Amino acid sequence: MPAESTPTTDFDRHADVTRALADVPREPGAPKPAPILVADHVVRRFGGLTAVDVGHLEVQRGAITALIGPNGAGKTTFFNLLTGFDRPNSGSWKFNDRSLSGMSAYRVARLGMVRTFQLTKVLSRLTVIENMRLGATGQRGERIMSSLVPSLWRGQEKANTERADSLLERFMLDTKREDFAGSLSGGQRKLLEMARALMVEPELVMLDEPMAGVNPALKQSLLGHVKSLRGEGRTVLFVEHDMDMVRDISDWVVVMAEGRIIAEGPPSSIMGDQRVIDAYLGAHHDAALTVEEEERQLAEAEAETGLETGSLAGKTEPQKQEGTA
Amino acid sequence: MDIIESALRQGFGADAIIFALAAIGLNMHFGYTGLLNFGQAAFMAMGGYGLAATVSTFGLPFWAGILVGLGATVVLALLLGVPTLRLRADYLAIVTIAAAEIIRLTVGSVTLRDWFGGRDGLQQFTGAFRAMNPFTGATGFGPLTYRAYDAWVIFVGWGLVLLAALFVWMLVRSPWGRVLKSIREDEDAVRSLGKNVYSYKMQALVIGGLIGCLAGFMTGLRQSATNPDDYFTEVTFFAWTVLILGGAARVMGPVVGSILFWFLISLLGGFFSWATRGPDPLIPTWLMNSNQASLVRFIIMGLALMLLMVFRPQGLLGDRKELALDAR
Repeated sequence: MPAESTPTTDFDRHADVTRALADVPREPGAPKPAPILVADHVVRRFGGLTAVDVGHLEVQRGAITALIGPNGAGKTTFFNLLTGFDRPNSGSWKFNDRSLSGMSAYRVARLGMVRTFQLTKVLSRLTVIENMRLGATGQRGERIMSSLVPSLWRGQEKANTERADSLLERFMLDTKREDFAGSLSGGQRKLLEMARALMVEPELVMLDEPMAGVNPALKQSLLGHVKSLRGEGRTVLFVEHDMDMVRDISDWVVVMAEGRIIAEGPPSSIMGDQRVIDAYLGAHHDAALTVEEEERQLAEAEAETGLETGSLAGKTEPQKQEGTA
Repeated sequence: MDIIESALRQGFGADAIIFALAAIGLNMHFGYTGLLNFGQAAFMAMGGYGLAATVSTFGLPFWAGILVGLGATVVLALLLGVPTLRLRADYLAIVTIAAAEIIRLTVGSVTLRDWFGGRDGLQQFTGAFRAMNPFTGATGFGPLTYRAYDAWVIFVGWGLVLLAALFVWMLVRSPWGRVLKSIREDEDAVRSLGKNVYSYKMQALVIGGLIGCLAGFMTGLRQSATNPDDYFTEVTFFAWTVLILGGAARVMGPVVGSILFWFLISLLGGFFSWATRGPDPLIPTWLMNSNQASLVRFIIMGLALMLLMVFRPQGLLGDRKELALDAR
């Protein structure tokens, strides 16, 4: 929960989490000291294809956990299952020790597990501030009978608006307050979606590719915002392809491939993990090239393709590497 | 200028009232929630036949008939909504258009003739309503004069239109209305923020249906009879035309749309029948004769609707900026 009681900085939080995760084994399905989310044997099949087959996963409370993996690894499907947007063929998972299996998406969100989407879902023909107000939970004015009596909900609406305004300021959208959300740029939509999710006061924020389609300038500020969630004591689980982001902000990385979790560990060690490299590049890829090795291969390729194409060798080389990937 | 007077009479008459109510209901469905209801005639039939059958067939009081009509509307909305509202928007459209036809054919069937009067429909259920009429003799509203009963129908009808519009206005400016509009924009986003989308869609379907039911009451009361043909598919499509003309997602859109629709239909009809009449008509007979005149008004209305869609797709009261943002 947002920590009103213990005012700490993200720096402290980061240190705490790093310490807590220090002794966790670098193995798929490793038990964590304080898991907020625990999933067991979650399987989702589409016809003959097993999109997700997660044996065991624990997500550490208060940490930023990255979920990475090559395209088609089942990351987003797994996200959809956990948040109730899709139903698994089998499996169970618990959030704060409460089973979420078979629970509908809106009830999952109410419990404090709120997601964003890979393709942003802003409400185009509502203003930015109305988008924000929608996020607030427990609104009396959203019940049909009391909606007809404004005096019942005006006070609550005012408080929600104040909270929304301070979030908009934090996400640097306050100048866009009265604009239609549909007029925002791709990056601003990502910011709005994240801010709107915070209106629900989630304990666990699940971000589906928060960096997709965001320009580099905005990326830095988005990174800061994700870190600030940890600073507030919230847990973050995110799917991402941007490895810089993964390295920069995550405390723990979970790697999926072909629906399974194949590796777990802190970002520093996971990038060198053999299983991860195999998953991304294929099991029979060439080892990292040394300068000498690269030159030798170049020479070989030139000899193979003959002199007339020799000038193209520089171009064929990267293609060759892609081919092995 | 009796053409204009009769056009005004139409524009503020019972037809305009009925279609304004039907379109206010559709506005709740489509304009605010994004539900595609192509069976508004079915909800109207619940009102018309609920009232008529209760009073005329079963001999119960007028107000019992009103309650039966409203109750039957809620039941119909639940029947249509439960299986379809969890699915994509198209399914509701298919189911509603089919339901409207099923209901029209059912109430007109020979088997149920004892209850609903078959093709002849039902009469003699407006006694209590007539008894409540405070008007006596010819009654004038501004320049227009109506017979006592018509004046009473129009008075009650416009009262209902204003109440329905006020009700919708109060709902859509509240946080409840904000949830509806958000569902129209993107259901999954609303779900991800912890709102029970299914329940809100159901509430909107019921409320829009109930307002359509009022239109059904007025249909029956206006002609002191109810008939299966009053709930033909084209009734639904006229209501849609009225909604699009006035501007969806605007509280007064359906009201303005309905007044204008019936005013224009009557004006065009009056004009063409005048222009093709007599031994030396304004429009030469090789172009159009008096038999064709009444059909041409619909052709012109259709053309006007197409031009409206091209040049003012948001309708008369809509906000172009809002509509242009639609990226879908």
